This record gives sequence, C-alpha cells and structure tokens, in this order.
Amino acid sequence: MSANMLEIRDICKYYGTKAAVDHVTLDVPTGSIFGLLGPNGAGKTSLIRMITTITRPDSGYINIAGERLNDNHPRQIGYLPEERGLYKKMKVGEHLLYLGQLKGMRRAAADAAAHEWLERLELADRWNQPVEALSKGLQQQVQFVSTVLHGPKLLILDEPFSGLDPVNSNRLKAEIWRLHEAGVTIIFSTHRMEQVEEICEHIALINQGKNILQGDVAEVRERYKQHHFTLTYRGALPDGFAAKYNLVATGKQSVTLAAGPTENANTLLPGILATGVQVFSFTEVLPTLNDIFIQVVGQDNLHQTTH
Amino acid sequence: MLRQLKLIIQREYWTRVKRRSFLVATLVTPLAFGVFMVVVNYILQYKSDESVRIAVIDEGGLFTGGIADEDNVHFKLLKTDLETVKRDFDAFDYHGILVTPPLGKLTQHQYTARYYTDQKLTLDLEPILADRLKTALRKQKTATLHLDEQQLRALNSQVDIEPLPVSPQSVVGTSLAGKIAAVIGMVMAFFMYTTVFIYGMMVMRSVMEEKTSRIVEVMVSSVRPFPLMLGKIIGVGLVGLTQVTAWAVLVPLMLVGVSLLFGFNVDAAAMTAPPPELGDMDPELLAGQIMAELGTFNWWVIAPLFLLYFLGGYFMYAALFAAVGSAMGDDLGEGQSLTIPITIPVILAFYITIAAIQSPNSGLAVWASLFPLFSPIVMPSRLPFDPPWWQVAVSLLLLVLTCVALVWLSGRIYRVGILLYGKKVTLWEMGRWIFRG
Repeated sequence: MSANMLEIRDICKYYGTKAAVDHVTLDVPTGSIFGLLGPNGAGKTSLIRMITTITRPDSGYINIAGERLNDNHPRQIGYLPEERGLYKKMKVGEHLLYLGQLKGMRRAAADAAAHEWLERLELADRWNQPVEALSKGLQQQVQFVSTVLHGPKLLILDEPFSGLDPVNSNRLKAEIWRLHEAGVTIIFSTHRMEQVEEICEHIALINQGKNILQGDVAEVRERYKQHHFTLTYRGALPDGFAAKYNLVATGKQSVTLAAGPTENANTLLPGILATGVQVFSFTEVLPTLNDIFIQVVGQDNLHQTTH
Repeated sequence: MLRQLKLIIQREYWTRVKRRSFLVATLVTPLAFGVFMVVVNYILQYKSDESVRIAVIDEGGLFTGGIADEDNVHFKLLKTDLETVKRDFDAFDYHGILVTPPLGKLTQHQYTARYYTDQKLTLDLEPILADRLKTALRKQKTATLHLDEQQLRALNSQVDIEPLPVSPQSVVGTSLAGKIAAVIGMVMAFFMYTTVFIYGMMVMRSVMEEKTSRIVEVMVSSVRPFPLMLGKIIGVGLVGLTQVTAWAVLVPLMLVGVSLLFGFNVDAAAMTAPPPELGDMDPELLAGQIMAELGTFNWWVIAPLFLLYFLGGYFMYAALFAAVGSAMGDDLGEGQSLTIPITIPVILAFYITIAAIQSPNSGLAVWASLFPLFSPIVMPSRLPFDPPWWQVAVSLLLLVLTCVALVWLSGRIYRVGILLYGKKVTLWEMGRWIFRG
C-alpha cells in the first residue's frame, strides 16, 4: 500500500489567463483526515475537480495510490460537492442504485449497500419516497450515502457541514470517524477553520490558487506560535508586573504576555512566581488555524500588492 | 462507459415515461384532437337555425315553375303589388320582398333584382337568392334560344392531363399521385419540424434542470460529460419515439371512434376541402382512388429514409439544444436568446419545404435538401416525388457527417457549460469552449 493516497505534483489550471490552480504540490497520507483550507474562490473546488477527473490539469500530474490518475479512479473516489443536488423526482432507493451502478457497482451490491447505509442512518423507510418529499437535512444524508455507497478509498467532502443542524452535523461527524477507522482517506475542503481543527490531522492552505502552507496540524500550530502565554491569577496583579513583562492582552483576572522565542513555560515561571502573583493557571497559547490563516494570508496579500 | 451509457439512457427514458404528465400528454393529445374534430365539424356543419320567409313578386315571370325552398328559407310567390305586400309586411313576418323585374334583351349579362328588407342581407341569404335567380334566368334564356340542356353542357369541356412515362422504366403515376405526394411530403415535414422542437426543447430543459439543481457535479464525478449528454439525447429520443408511436396508433383509433360516435365523415372535418377539380367526384370513389395511389408509392424506400432523416435531424438539433441548455443559467428568459440560432434554421427549413412541395426539383429544393441543417425537414418532403438517388445519398452523407460533428462540438461546449455558474454566456464564449483543453 502506498504511503500517500494522493500525490499532487506541480499542477496548474488556467481559466482564460487566470490561474485557478497555480503550481500546487501536496501529499495526502493514506488513511488520514486531510483539511484543504482556503477562503472562497481560492481554487479549492478547481483542485478537487481535477482530483475527481472532472477536469484535467493544464500541467503537472496527480497520483492516486501511486498510480497516475485515470478513468478507473472515479470508482475509488467519493465526492460530495459543496453544491448538493439530487434528482428530485426520483425515489431515494432508485436514486442510490443509479449512482452506485454508475460508479461500477453491480445492481445487487448497490442494493445491499444502499439498504445497509439507509438502515444505519434510520432512513430505511424512505426507500420508496421521492427525494423531494424529504426534508433538506435528510436529503443531505441521502446525498452523503450516495457519496460513500460504492466504498471509496478516497472521500472528498466539500463543505460537508454547511447547512446542517447540530444533530445532523454530529451524525455526519460520527460516520466520518467510522470511515476513518475503516481506513478511508478523507479530504475536507472548507473555509471554516474551526471545523477542521478538531477533525483533521493534516492540512494544506490554499490561497489565490497557490498552496501556501501544509503539514501536520499540531506541527503547523507549533510552527506559527507567537510565544504567547496566558496567566490567570487570584487576587490582584502585583505592582511592577506590567513593567516587567510585555503584556499583549489583559482580561479579568488574566493577562497574556509575549515572551522571547527561546523561552518556554519552565524558563518563565520562576520569574513570574518571584513577582508574588498568585498563579491560578499558566498555559502557552497556540494559535488557532484561523489565526494562522489570517496571519499567512494577510502577509501573502501584502506580498502580492507590493509586487 | 457503454454500461454507464446504458444506465443513463434507461434512467432518462423511464423517469419520463413513468411520469404522470407523460401518460396524460400521450393520452390526452389524441383525445383533444378528437374533441377538436368534433367541434370543428359541428361548426362547419352548423346551419343557421333562424327560419326566414321571403315574399317574391315575380314581375319578369322568371319563376313560372315555382321556387325551391331551402332548409330555413321559405319563398312565397305573390301576385299582389309591392305596396300591398309592404303594408302587410309585418303581419306576415317576412324577412324581405324580392322583386324580379323582367329580363330585357337576351344578350343582357347584368341582371339586378331588388330586395326590400329592414334587416341586413346576411351572408347566408344572398348566395341563395342569387343562385335561384341564376338558375331561373338560365332556364328562361335557353328556352328563348331553343337550346337543349345537353348541348349546353357539351360546351363546357372537362379537361384532364394524364402523365405518361417517356422511358418505360420510370413511374410517373397519375395527376392525383402528385397531389397525394405533396400532402405526404408536407405531413412528414411538419412531423419533423414539431418533433425537433418538442424533444429538442425537452433535452434542453433537462440539461438546464440538472445544472441548476447541481446534480450534474455529482454525475460528472462518476461519468464523463459526453456519455451523460449522449445518454440524455438518446433517452429523450426514445421517449419521443414511444410517444409518436402511441399517437400513430391512438389518433386513427380516435378518428374512427369519433366518426362512429357522431356519425359524420372524418374527411369533412379534416378541413382539407377537396380541390375544386376533384370536387365533383364521388367521395367514395375518390377515397378508393387515393388508397390505390398510396399503394404505388415506394414505401419500402420512403419509410426507412424518413427514419434516417428523423434520427439525423433529431440528434443534430437535440445536441445543439443540449449545448445551449448547458450554457444557460438559472434564468430561462436570459438564455432564450441563445436558442435563436437553432430555431431559425428549423423554421427556415419548414418554409423552404412549402416551396419545395410546389416544385420538388427546383434549385432551392435541391440545395436545401442537401444542406444538412435543412435536409432533415426538406428532403423527406421530396421523397414521395422520387428525387434522384444521388441527391439522397449526398444529402444523407452530409447529414451524418454534420450530425457527428455537431454532437461532438456540442459535447465540448456542454462539458464546460454545465460546471459554469452565475455567468451570462455569449455565443462567442460558447464557441471558445470548444477549443478549451
């Protein structure tokens, strides 16, 4: 088994003269949950369309499980587009069978898989109902089933939680975890960073068609940390504390201070204790992906305008 | 790929055929046709139900043998003078008083009778009066000239032209055959014209719906756009064939049923009044002759060729409609202008057909039946006139080549169009998509 389910090498896609995807290179480890991040219009969908063989890159190449992308791969990929859609007049079961068979499943296999999935999501009684009779949340679940029905090795979910209520959202998360445990490689595409933080192990950040950052989530946060520490305390802050440390934020019974790049909690704490403050907690502040995103994209935009 | 194509065709076909609206359209159309026939027939056969009494003062002695009454028109010959009748006019409830002065000279061509009335001389009534007078005048004139009715009839010669072949192998048929050929040609052209529009538009709407409901993105992640488009065109085409076959069976049944139920002649209701030169013929004799002439057409050649042109024309235009549908946004009205370049050739072809039927071997007819955008409509209308075989061959070859080329080009446009949202597209842009990698 290849270490990387997906390898993207230096691919470009132009629409007219505009580069929608501009020399992107990235690896998605097999079995990982991978976050493809970026603002709206960054080129995420263009990139996904190339992975799902909907469009072809103008240059560069894509490997799936070590093999150059070809017309057999769509069968191994499940794709949930951001813009959902089903044939409204078709019955749920009929629809799932149709999409499953288009992905190369035999009718009997598609039938078994569809029943199994609908039962798990407690939708079995909807088999003969037309899609349009279902609520929006249920339609989204049917759409999700159609994405995973054929047992894809690579699952690409574009903004999967948009428009879902918390109950359905959690249900979907649970299913995603189940698939992850079964060894499916999952790519999340989203512009909502906070969703990714709790789920993804690896991320890539796309902006203006370029891959500007990628890596393990913890490692990335470590890399972009600004050496900020938050201290919460009891009582009053001793005089001179503010003068001794560079405070970037003060709150009710808490301060956030910026330290030098070589310092850590161990080197800072003795000095802080020496001021006589009554420490309640002391933690290093790691930036959220959102912070990193704004930090990197902001720089990048600055970079762009100076050129 | 073939398996996917088959799946797509099946879905496109069955979801349409199983729909209630399909059943309704297939059944109700012949029914509506039948009802239409009944109504038209009733209107055509409608006779004025108002009874009219007309007083006649025959000063010229034209009506010595009396006047024949019409259904609702009753004549009364009066010996009294005009003033007396005028006085009693209301009491006797006359519509009017016809006064027929004596005929002057025998050679007099113009004759004027007077009609006294307080109402309008209606369209119904005037020809009846004129007809009675004409007959009476003719009778009087022939009597005065001592002519006999048979001699008179001989003066009017009935002329027929019988077409005969020069070379023994060619078949020219009778003069009736030419007229029947024109009718068949027109029917086939009209059929082509309507089916191209109905089912072409159906393909277009369906492409648009897939695009606006965003299902298409899911589809193209499993299937290449080309089989998706092709499957839709074939599926809808099969729906069309199903519906047309159903109509071909149901409409004649309907007509038979209607004529049995209402006891009238279906030919009369078809509004195709027989041409004047056939007008005198016994309808039953004429029907027999038409049936005999229909048998002389080379149906084994015409029918398969018609099917070929139908397929060629349908595929060509359906593909173009699919391409346009893919370029349309959510707003149907906005994209309507994009369909104009497709509808214009279809409409033009139909008008050319009307000319082509008058002279099936004219330059216009020949060139239009070779030009692939027109040929599916124009050529079938020429088929009953036995066009030279090489013209049919060239026309078919051009049609097949154009059809393949247009389906391919439409596929190129389609694959870009279906994934493009929120942008108003021009024809120029659609053209550029063809060359996009």
